[in-house]
Amino acid sequence: MSLIEVRAPGPLTTVQDLGREGFGPMGVSASGASDPVALRIGNRLVGNPGGAAGLEMTLLGGTFFFREGTVVALTGADFAPTLDNVSVTSWTSVEIRAGQTLRLGATRTGARCYLCVRGGIDVKMFLGSASTHLLSGLGGFQGRALRAGDVLKVGTANGSFRTFRKRSVSARAVAQLTPRKVLRVTPGPQSAWFSQKVQEVFYAGTYRVTEESNRMGLRLQGAAIASTAGAEMISEGVSLGAVQVTAGGLPIILFVEQQTTGGYPKIANVISADLSSLGQLRPRDEIRFELVEMGAARALLMEQEKLLASKELILE
Amino acid sequence: MGYTLAAMGTSASGGVRFQVASDQSLIVYFDSSAKKSGVKAPHLQNQITIKGHEQVRRLLRLVELEPIAGVRNLHPAYCSLLFKFDAMKLRHEELEEILRGYVKRMEKVALPEPRLVEIPVCYGGEYGPDLKDVAELHGLTTQQAIEVHASATYIVYFLGFVPGFAYLGEVAEELATPRLSTPRRSVPAGSVGIAGSQTGVYPIATPGGWRLLGRTPVKMFRPDRVEMSLLSIGDRVRFVAISREQFARLGNA
Repeated sequence: MSLIEVRAPGPLTTVQDLGREGFGPMGVSASGASDPVALRIGNRLVGNPGGAAGLEMTLLGGTFFFREGTVVALTGADFAPTLDNVSVTSWTSVEIRAGQTLRLGATRTGARCYLCVRGGIDVKMFLGSASTHLLSGLGGFQGRALRAGDVLKVGTANGSFRTFRKRSVSARAVAQLTPRKVLRVTPGPQSAWFSQKVQEVFYAGTYRVTEESNRMGLRLQGAAIASTAGAEMISEGVSLGAVQVTAGGLPIILFVEQQTTGGYPKIANVISADLSSLGQLRPRDEIRFELVEMGAARALLMEQEKLLASKELILE
Repeated sequence: MGYTLAAMGTSASGGVRFQVASDQSLIVYFDSSAKKSGVKAPHLQNQITIKGHEQVRRLLRLVELEPIAGVRNLHPAYCSLLFKFDAMKLRHEELEEILRGYVKRMEKVALPEPRLVEIPVCYGGEYGPDLKDVAELHGLTTQQAIEVHASATYIVYFLGFVPGFAYLGEVAEELATPRLSTPRRSVPAGSVGIAGSQTGVYPIATPGGWRLLGRTPVKMFRPDRVEMSLLSIGDRVRFVAISREQFARLGNA
């Protein structure tokens, strides 16, 4: 069995896959990678199924010692990775020999970098998923962020990828999947609670991601937008990417570790194709919202899925 | 861009209203105020009613018994049920049509007999830091406030927010109190609180604005058990006052 020693974890490094769906009736939200597109591509680069568990690092990466040789890939934001102090390229498969150390630094681009390992990170599944739900301390590696001294097990590799193959992601795909700062949205279930004027303010405004943002939600600062129908409502189910407006008039985008229900009106909802972009937003980033038709939202998702499934995505 | 409500897919009939929530979710509302058009008065608050709650339970039960291909998750609430689906496999219109069929049939769905679950609570002191204020606000002694909270049988309207958090109602009017104006940064696990006419137990330590009356030593969410959540939608709950000694004993058990 292959093992990875965590020498330094970084401020917030967790085991994530594509999350656990189907447990909303117990109040359990899906969790999973903040940038699932990056995780899926990383897994393809190392020959794993797209939903295999990898490590999600936040703003600053960790240092990992590999006891055995393997193949890894780093995707998502550029955390200036080095292997035994020699820089390595993101978005490619990287061969690692026994005894080598992979070190990641501070981000040079987005918020999250993924480390995918051939065979996937092997943790005890909770409700069918390896993903960590930090707030409730469930899933992943002992339900928590990694600490120095943790030893991670690596799963058994897919037979067809025993020997190293150089793989990279096509430049076109990387360009097309570049995280967006203009988030496309469809109307939220209570968008009619907000006057035309307020909606204009919302769509014209620039919002800043605050330091209080995390995997549960992104808290924004900018022009306050008050609902004309009241700031609170009877709690109802809330969607991933919902833009809810709190009593103070500031929006919060519900994210992967979202609460399953909530009592604030939702003015808009980030489209599925742009959810991965949310995972790359850093505190102090400035974003805007752009309203699109439902048909356009669907077409953009289809296009993204088509690209992710295409042969042209990965170059060998 | 001119989004009209009609274009957003709000449609209502027979007390059931479908609303697009996102490009991968649809919410079904059971309105007690079915005659009032949701389109003309979109801000009209839905009411919390036992009837609405039972309709949510029936639809949830039917969808659990006969899963719909492409539906990935369900988020029940007081009088609504949110369907999260795979947008590559389903469209809102298709799901709505399927669900209209379910709604027609759901009256025949047998709901399990509600279980009565007793939850021991040590009221007041450090466990219930808001008990005194809540009692004073209503001109009650703390003992009277405890009696009001512990004498009612509550319905588990749904589980939401975080794993194992049951929304219980309804707290008697003589005790109902709005949330704290400034939520606490961390509410300890097991805390029993009220918010308006709702009451509930925090299963894990989270930020929260409910007024805390006491604490239970019982674990609300047990990931190591088959039935992870102590409570399920539709259960009945009674709180039983216990002493600090009993709390300590039960907590160690």
